[in-house]
Amino acid sequence: MQLLLDVISWVLLTLGGIAVLVGGIGALRMPDLYTRMHAVSVTDSLGAILVLTGIMFQAGLSLATIKLIAILLFLLLTSPTASNALASAALIAGTKPLDEPDGGNTGAGR
Amino acid sequence: MTILFGIFLLTLLVITAMAIVKAKNLFVAVMLTGIASLLVAANFFLLDAADVALTEAAVGAGISTVLFLSALALTSDRERSRTKNRTMSLAVTIIATLVVIYATFDKPRFGSPEAPVHTHVAPWYLEKTPEYIDIPNVVTAVLGSYRGYDTLGEVFVVLTAGIGVLFLLGSGRVLAPAREERSGTTRLRHHLIQRVVGRLLIPFILLFGLYVQFHGEYGPGGGFQAGAIIAAAIILYSLIEGEDHALRVLPQKVLLGLMAGGAILYAGIGVIGMLLGGNFLDYSVLSSDPVKGQQLGILLIEAGVGITVTGTLLAIYHAFAARSS
Repeated sequence: MQLLLDVISWVLLTLGGIAVLVGGIGALRMPDLYTRMHAVSVTDSLGAILVLTGIMFQAGLSLATIKLIAILLFLLLTSPTASNALASAALIAGTKPLDEPDGGNTGAGR
Repeated sequence: MTILFGIFLLTLLVITAMAIVKAKNLFVAVMLTGIASLLVAANFFLLDAADVALTEAAVGAGISTVLFLSALALTSDRERSRTKNRTMSLAVTIIATLVVIYATFDKPRFGSPEAPVHTHVAPWYLEKTPEYIDIPNVVTAVLGSYRGYDTLGEVFVVLTAGIGVLFLLGSGRVLAPAREERSGTTRLRHHLIQRVVGRLLIPFILLFGLYVQFHGEYGPGGGFQAGAIIAAAIILYSLIEGEDHALRVLPQKVLLGLMAGGAILYAGIGVIGMLLGGNFLDYSVLSSDPVKGQQLGILLIEAGVGITVTGTLLAIYHAFAARSS
């Protein structure tokens, strides 16, 4: 039983780490601000869910798990909101999203 | 493992520091300063200094970033071109670095039990705290009781800094009624998502602030951290609803009262101790049971610290905001 919990927990932690890593690569490789933010904000929420759930399996049924749930709720509320605020601030400040050079016909042009 | 994590975090810290020095855009530099503070906080936590980590995260990464940004609103966000005399500053930096490196040779090994800090008064604190004060968090006992003078000094440093900033910027009393009508639609007032989520979270942030304030005797926390967290909640409120709404909840006059009132509460506890026949800041005489007296004293002076920190941070924030709008 303990082994099973450990395996589940480590799988979740690893997946969470991969999600955050993918987000980091996306933030470095994407062409403009909005796509970069898209890469980070989506994977970050997923990574937080996976990592925190993984730690919850380690903690078991204890006060720590309740605290982790509180942290998870807080992150799920704030992190997308912060991304939204950043994107709208960038839009107001005049950062244009990057368009396809030929009007977006090819789709996967770049 | 701790060493590995520590080296990793410190390497990141050095990289961040380099980036801060290189950054020409001050906005970027401010953001990097916040990251540096967060890294330092993580490092403190790694070294089991949870109280300091909480303070660093709340003040360094949270509030001071906001204050830097509001200061940037008053100036340009570009660094002025550097001064000519670069060899001089380079020489000073190199000499200072060499002195610091030389000083590290005298330091005890990391985690060594023979380190002077572990052989001087720390064992006494750890041994006697259950007997004299009987609270689980020895850090709070040291900060509030054994080293009460130092903490009183820190509170007055915060108060003095606040007074200095308010003298420089004016205490925000330029808030004329004409401005009030105009600024009704500024800030994030049009942003529905942020407003809804912010309104949802502010009560919980305040609640967490109170938890940190009054749980300081049992876990990491205390007046400084709680003050910063509560101030952050109210700054969030003023970002969402606009400056004037926040000032209507807590007018500048009240904030000035809080600034001074907290410090007076702290010093007043000391004086009450003297009037009851003890020494200044000796809380044992506050109750018939010396241990209960110590606990009561720590609770009250922590409240004083929290009140002063909240008042000062908010007064400084409003002073900046009143200037920039």
